[in-house]
Amino acid sequence: MRIAVCVKAVPDAAAGRRIDPATGRLDRAGDLVLSDFDLHPIEEALRLRDAAGEGEVVVVSLGPPRAADAIRKALAMGADRSVLVTDDPFAGADLVTTASALAGALGRESADLVLFGQQSADGDGACLWAAVAELLRRPFISQVAELAVEAGSVTGRRQTELGYERIQSPLPAVVAVSDAINEPRYPSLKGIMGAKSKPQETLGAAEVGGVSPARTAVLALSPPPARGERRRIEGAGAPEAIVDFLVERRLI
Amino acid sequence: MVCGSGVESFAESAGPFGAGAVFVADDERLAAPLPQPRVDVLAALIREEGFDIVLFAQSVLAADVAAGLAARLGAGLNWDLVDVAETDEVLVGKRPALADSVWVDVGWTSSPRLALFRTGAFEPVERGGSAEVRTVDVVLEEHSLLAQLVEPAVAEQSGPSIEDADVVVAGGRGLGGPEGFAQVEALADALGGAVAATRAVVDAGWYPYSAQVGQTGKTVSPKLYVAVGISGAIQHKVGMQGSGTIVAINKDPNAPIFDYADLGVVGDLNEIVPALTSLVGRRKSG
Repeated sequence: MRIAVCVKAVPDAAAGRRIDPATGRLDRAGDLVLSDFDLHPIEEALRLRDAAGEGEVVVVSLGPPRAADAIRKALAMGADRSVLVTDDPFAGADLVTTASALAGALGRESADLVLFGQQSADGDGACLWAAVAELLRRPFISQVAELAVEAGSVTGRRQTELGYERIQSPLPAVVAVSDAINEPRYPSLKGIMGAKSKPQETLGAAEVGGVSPARTAVLALSPPPARGERRRIEGAGAPEAIVDFLVERRLI
Repeated sequence: MVCGSGVESFAESAGPFGAGAVFVADDERLAAPLPQPRVDVLAALIREEGFDIVLFAQSVLAADVAAGLAARLGAGLNWDLVDVAETDEVLVGKRPALADSVWVDVGWTSSPRLALFRTGAFEPVERGGSAEVRTVDVVLEEHSLLAQLVEPAVAEQSGPSIEDADVVVAGGRGLGGPEGFAQVEALADALGGAVAATRAVVDAGWYPYSAQVGQTGKTVSPKLYVAVGISGAIQHKVGMQGSGTIVAINKDPNAPIFDYADLGVVGDLNEIVPALTSLVGRRKSG
């Protein structure tokens, strides 16, 4: 079983995320970390590989060269190797730019299963898999909270606005998993040490079929509309303060 | 554009809301709510009719269709928009970003321009009129038919309706387990409200799906929304941001929900909620 997991290195939320007003792009100058949402497909891929007793988990990403450090966490968790697509013209990539770079990198692999997390932690996008699957002309299942792989097919149980449903597809396929699917493991010390010697490949634009230009652009930034006064309380007396607030607003 | 099986009768209902024409793709192979066959149908229609702007109401299905379509057509897709306007013949979308801390004006640099709108971004307005209904040929690609729905969604029906309640008390992962909902139910009872839950706890099996608020659940706008142990991710926010007053109780002072709660209470919900329930109960009976 060969599994590719598409991941994203994002600015560390703990350090604060901001959009650079000059470029209209997310400021990626600070520390980059692996998106939390992407730990779930990595975990799922490791479990599938280990249950099958054979195979390989390769992590695929598009990002700046520094993203390689963040991606090493996937290797520390147990992934076998990583592929990072990185090149200057990819800065400011939009959905189709990103999908085409990832599809180009995935085209060099022969993965039975391509996994995604449920969304990007910084851009709030939740649809990249659909664009990648389209470019690869493969079936896909999104929002999967339970995944079963058997005899050349994959079945996902997922939640949509309609409730829970099950979708089945032959392999090779693309699957996006929700963060409800598993509890990702923490890298062990041995894993962290071992990750340093695992292969981390870098691909330029030419190696993934070029750069598909962005078709969307950020035009301007503005502060969000005010929602009125917000109050914060903590410590003892909180229940009484809540009641006072509700009385003041005539809600009880 | 209406896609599905046995959906022709819905087409005309778009007329009174202002649609001039409704394209109908009615085909058994479109019966399941799966995205890839819909990409085939829409891509052909957009190319044939030369549509320049294609808008979707955000949903799991619509996001998958829109992104597939963007890849197929090489088109720009902006998501999570709350508004769109044309100024000097330039189409500009408004998107709250980074947990709604900044609003971004987004544009498109090529045609067609695709957009997904956040749930509840617009109120539908009936303005009269009738739509011309036009049938569309359904030609599907091989790879679009590989994924199959093997078990359709079954809507669960239980408990009081959270959509009609004036007060909603919602529980999230911070409750620690399914037993934590007893406190939420007691507080809802004292406030005369209904109980809701986040996607995380519904997926974990702590509470039924019928109570779920958020992107893939229900959208509620009660007078009072009390969020207990809910961090307030954007998927949750879109389902309850229309509430009159939002009170949030969470031990994490950095939880995103505090950015949009009218009253944020930082503390241990296991101490605050029972005390609050008893205070509210005493007040009502006294």
